[in-house]
Amino acid sequence: MNLIQFMGAVEFGLIYGLVAMGVLLSFRILDFPDLTVDGSFPLGAAVCAILIVSGVNPWLATFAAILAGMLAGLTTAWISVRWNILHLLASILTMTALYSINLRIMGRPNIALLGEKTIFTPIEYIELPHLFKMSIALGAVTIFILVLLYMYLISQKGLAMRATGANPRMAKAQGIAVNRQILSGISLSNGLVALAGALFAQSQGFADVTLGVGTIIVGLAAVIVGEAIFNPRVILAALVACIFGSIFYRLAVALALNAGFLGLQASDLQLVTAIIVGFAMVTPKLRAKILDFKATRSGA
Amino acid sequence: MSKTNVLKQLLQTLSLLFAIVCQASANPPKKVAITQFVEHVAADAVRTGVLEELKKKGFVESEDMSVIFENAQGSSATAGQIARKFLGIKPDVIVAITTPSAQAMVKAIGMDSIPIVFTAVTDSIEAGLVSSLTDHKGKITGVKDAPPIKEQMAFIREIMPEAKTLGVLYNPGDTGSVASLKTIQEQAQKNGFTVIESTPIKSADIKAAVLQLVGEVDAIYVPLDNTIVSAMDAVASSALKHNIPVFSADSESVKAGALACLGFSYEQVGYKTGEIVAEILNGKDPSEIAIASPSVMDIFINKDALEKLKITLPEAIRAQAQYY
Repeated sequence: MNLIQFMGAVEFGLIYGLVAMGVLLSFRILDFPDLTVDGSFPLGAAVCAILIVSGVNPWLATFAAILAGMLAGLTTAWISVRWNILHLLASILTMTALYSINLRIMGRPNIALLGEKTIFTPIEYIELPHLFKMSIALGAVTIFILVLLYMYLISQKGLAMRATGANPRMAKAQGIAVNRQILSGISLSNGLVALAGALFAQSQGFADVTLGVGTIIVGLAAVIVGEAIFNPRVILAALVACIFGSIFYRLAVALALNAGFLGLQASDLQLVTAIIVGFAMVTPKLRAKILDFKATRSGA
Repeated sequence: MSKTNVLKQLLQTLSLLFAIVCQASANPPKKVAITQFVEHVAADAVRTGVLEELKKKGFVESEDMSVIFENAQGSSATAGQIARKFLGIKPDVIVAITTPSAQAMVKAIGMDSIPIVFTAVTDSIEAGLVSSLTDHKGKITGVKDAPPIKEQMAFIREIMPEAKTLGVLYNPGDTGSVASLKTIQEQAQKNGFTVIESTPIKSADIKAAVLQLVGEVDAIYVPLDNTIVSAMDAVASSALKHNIPVFSADSESVKAGALACLGFSYEQVGYKTGEIVAEILNGKDPSEIAIASPSVMDIFINKDALEKLKITLPEAIRAQAQYY
């Protein structure tokens, strides 16, 4: 792996780090398995791309993408909460519908943003090594979002949301409007994912209707890898672990892309990625087991 | 053996090695990096075509040039990461098969560093790869594979002079087929067909989409559509059960069971791409190479389907056709 590839992995890792934080919010904090993200990621890209090519300010387009994502999340949560439909099913419904909606929004399956003005255009003029520019910009955005999210999660409202996920009955007894917490939490989660989609489209130069394939898997893998490596006990650590888990996942892909010397083919990529990620998740547990084993041996 | 002797021998060996290394670097093998977005019969055929044509032009794989190949397996982020890998190894030419791979490549590599030859891209202008087919700046050029729809509609009419309605089966999420839809409708009308659309969005829906056309149409036309083309055997077999001939925009589909196609084989797309790659390897400036289409058009017929449908081909077509 060379430096260019490494920085590329960091870049994509930062983008999908936002997805991972969104997934942390739904899967872990709210205990609401939400597959909407496979639709809201390309939704963010679609809304942002069509607005940019129609001449809207890229910042405004990005903001609109976040709103669109929140609306998608709200729909899932509403179907689930209002009509008492299983969260997984509700999110599958929204995700399926979003495929058609994304096509409607874009009017065609692929919109090119090559050469268009994006929120990343100004950094072209900053005196920095080209290699690091995009990662620094994306890093700044990700850290900014992380801090905002952290501040929210330790506020009164955020605590109410966390309580809802941890023990809905208790939360209700404490006077928390549980349903409203789910509505706002899933909206927030999908807003983050749509933001990631918008950043992807702008940094990579295109929005495509196939962008969303596997988003939930990548997001979930990032969350779990982050947890396996960092074993976070506080919410801030959990958020940071998402980002690093996501970067790690992308590094695994980059590593897999370089596995040709092992006699592996291009078509083995997914398998190799899965093995590397799986290995990373098992290692900390294995280490703990070995330590445990040693401790009992020396104790006996 | 004395110490000096050993030293002498060592020096000799070293100088010999040095000479070999020098000779090799005097004529370094060219590096060609190829990427495609998904595993797909068509994309694979293009890749094989490129390598065959390069061989013909004197660039033999692992002798005169090394070939690096990566497949994004359907993930846009991975396509971006492959682009970073290629940027790092600085090949002499990059071949990007299909639109998303080409876009990811152009974004990561830029217009003027490493020559990029895109291929199997239907509309290179709308994809943002080049601003014009002939007069384009930078080091990007390529082959567009838009099927010759005008000729194809006339071809269907020639084979089926009595047909009235034509079913068009496509995925509304596919760049290629949506881009060509307007032309399909125009040309179908010109040849006296009424068009009925059926639009499955994933391979699982395809069978139902075919059944939806049964009884409504006299023939089915499948444009260049990744989803449908990759499930062509299912399309063809269920259409055949109901005695409906399937015409495809691409020749590979005929192998998978479609009745007939007039068009470019993916090998031809690959050959044309290989030609361009060879020109660049020989030192031509990519900005001077116009975006090309394959030069040869062929007729492909599926023998089994022909027999089962009991269709008699006009003499002119029968003589020219290649049978699968």
